Amino acid sequence: MKSVAPLALLLAAACTPDEPEGFVWPESTASAVSDHAAHVEQSYADALTGARALDTALEALVAGPTESTLASARQAWLDSRPAYLRTEVFRFSDGPIDNPDDGPEGLLNAWPLDENYIDYVVGNDAAGIVNGTDLIDGDALASLNEQGGEKNIATGYHAIEFLLWGQDLSDTGPGERPHTDFVTDGSGTAANQDRRGQYLTVAGDLLVANLEQVHDAWAPTAPYRTGFEGAPEESFGRVLTGMIILSGFETGGERLQAALDSGDREDEHSCFSDNTKVDMVEDVRGIQAAWAGSIEGVVAEAEPELAAQITARIDESLQLAEALENPFEHEIDPTNAAGNARVQALIDSLRTQEGLLEDVFIAFGLSVPVPE
Amino acid sequence: MRAAGWVGLLAIGCGPRLAAVEDGEWLPGGGATNTFTLGTNAFLRPADLLTPEHDSLFYAGNSFFSAAWVEAPASTENRDGLGPIFNARSCSACHARDGRAAPPEDGQGPMIGLLFRISGPDGQPDPVYGGQLQDLGNPGVPAEVRPVATWAERAGTFADGEPWSLGVPDYRFEDPAYGPLDPALQVSPRIAPQMIGLGLLEAIPEDALVARADPDDADGDGISGRVQRSIDAETGALAMGRFGWKGDAPTVLHQVAGAFAGDLGITSTLVPTDDCTPAQEACATALDGGDPELDPDVLARVALYSRALAVPVRRSWEDPEVLRGKWLFSRLGCDACHTPSHTTGPFPPLPELEGQAIWPYTDLLLHDMGPDLADDRPLGEASGTEWKTPPLWGLGLIPDVNGHSRYLHDGRARNLEEAVLWHGGEAEEARDAYTELDAGDRAAVLTFLADL
Repeated sequence: MKSVAPLALLLAAACTPDEPEGFVWPESTASAVSDHAAHVEQSYADALTGARALDTALEALVAGPTESTLASARQAWLDSRPAYLRTEVFRFSDGPIDNPDDGPEGLLNAWPLDENYIDYVVGNDAAGIVNGTDLIDGDALASLNEQGGEKNIATGYHAIEFLLWGQDLSDTGPGERPHTDFVTDGSGTAANQDRRGQYLTVAGDLLVANLEQVHDAWAPTAPYRTGFEGAPEESFGRVLTGMIILSGFETGGERLQAALDSGDREDEHSCFSDNTKVDMVEDVRGIQAAWAGSIEGVVAEAEPELAAQITARIDESLQLAEALENPFEHEIDPTNAAGNARVQALIDSLRTQEGLLEDVFIAFGLSVPVPE
Repeated sequence: MRAAGWVGLLAIGCGPRLAAVEDGEWLPGGGATNTFTLGTNAFLRPADLLTPEHDSLFYAGNSFFSAAWVEAPASTENRDGLGPIFNARSCSACHARDGRAAPPEDGQGPMIGLLFRISGPDGQPDPVYGGQLQDLGNPGVPAEVRPVATWAERAGTFADGEPWSLGVPDYRFEDPAYGPLDPALQVSPRIAPQMIGLGLLEAIPEDALVARADPDDADGDGISGRVQRSIDAETGALAMGRFGWKGDAPTVLHQVAGAFAGDLGITSTLVPTDDCTPAQEACATALDGGDPELDPDVLARVALYSRALAVPVRRSWEDPEVLRGKWLFSRLGCDACHTPSHTTGPFPPLPELEGQAIWPYTDLLLHDMGPDLADDRPLGEASGTEWKTPPLWGLGLIPDVNGHSRYLHDGRARNLEEAVLWHGGEAEEARDAYTELDAGDRAAVLTFLADL
């Protein structure tokens, strides 16, 4: 992992705090930041467990493609998502997951997916790497993922999702790729079943390897972890930054507001599996876990009322996320007023949550200085 | 205007040698200043004064700005239409974190964040390669070229004997996929600039900018300042140009639609054709993502997003060293083109941006920058040696946001001082005066620039 020094640039605010008069950092800050670091490591360990189970299920599918092994692999994918999504709150602060130099977030969870960069789509039977002749291995897929900047998406959860479900062409359910797309004895459907299976296997291995990289960076003696725990006030600012940006900018804004605004039924993150509601719920759960696990106590020591408001607000956001109905694509359909209202209520709550967390930022002197 | 005699005075250094703190300068974007997050996130905040409705649309725009576009057809119908040939898959690939791109070191493309505008010897688009070289293509569609960068060093010395060295880029193009390139092709390398405060610049009243123009240098100060004019893609009328390195786009909307078509290969109602010419068969026969490919609402949202990004707060505007640098900046004559402040006027696309006192340090006019910076590719009113004065706000945060300190139209300057030293033409006198300063004064100028 990178040394800690450049990360100090993350928030100039955090390097040059202009603490409000009379503000004293709560004594619990250092221990809370350490607890948070342990929570991060455990969260990535949980995500890794799910990814390994998924990888195993993918291998079983490729070794013996049947309706049953395909169903098991899909279930393993669905099962793997919550634990990963709960780690998304650790993004947006230049930590190991999305450090601009080598963070693997773009390899793990990038969206939207370039379907015909990977495999056939309606209208183009011969599309994608699967139907080409390039070698498919880990290095090749990782490098193809980087082609053209961070955003040519050939790997990660959504690439695996597309290979398991196929395009979502159904109004009522998810994609319906047949297991025979992986059958290699000549009776299979679509071409290049062997390469499709190989792609899936390699993508599963990469998912595990990329999560291992992040998990290891948070191991107790890893340089990033020790640097993080060694600068508790700055790290506290980072944790808050991740919560603020995931609440408002990312989930409330980019994922929900943009989807509601477009009304395009596939403008949703897990469009092949129709699992987008889970994305929203678990992102909020991740925020709640980070908050309740350690950050809440620090804020409560300095600003008890604000802490109570945030606790209540995150609960509210979670309830509103759970109140979304499946599939998400119907919730954003412009003709579904009730669904639109449910999405809007969640957006509003997340934006309020963002504002309250920003109040903590300001109360703790983590914002930029203003003139006398 | 400041005459050469001032240079002598500078060396003597009479008076306080300190600029005054001016009202509001610490908020360079006025009410559209980001006082919240700095560091990596310094450029990503919406202006606080947005209405709730515009705030929502900002986030929608952000989604389309930051996420990758994909080849058509795709399930994400609102997000397909990339290519067939293109320079990047998303706006944010080049404007990472709404910031600025860096040119490649010695090496080969594709060059994310640096693109090459081209025209034939007659100034018109090339009949085969169009108006821009795209160094990426969808599967089955060859990229137009493989650009190759090589860098040389050019040495010089300050008056006090301290040496400097400037990095000089040279680009050549290998593997032209659609026939040999015209040897007389005019090529203009361009870097992707930071996205902050663009709506504010668009909201500066045209009269105020035109009033600063002096096309024939009637006042004899050596600084001309000419207005760029081009056809506004939205209205079809001739309008003052403000955006792009030669100021050829009159509005942010126009610039955004142009970038979608030229850089991403995505057509819109405003720019209904991409840069793929009929002579490029593999490209011309590829599937497209609709006609046009870009939903007009999405274009509008990305334009709103691009207009609404806040300008970061100054960090050390009261620092004596910064104020000394600010005083020198003015004394050297830099502010003859880098006009410190403006007040925005009525702005129908985003009315809440009206009436803001802003500090962009630009006059948005064309100036001759001398042969060393020239692209020798005239465009509209701009000659082959003229460039539009770029705004200076946010310069000092590029290292935090993007991890580099590359400046100027093609990113050749490796730090702020190299950017100053590259200035020629109308800016030659100011540049020379800078080289006459002692090391302490030079550092003060750079400290000031880094606080912007």
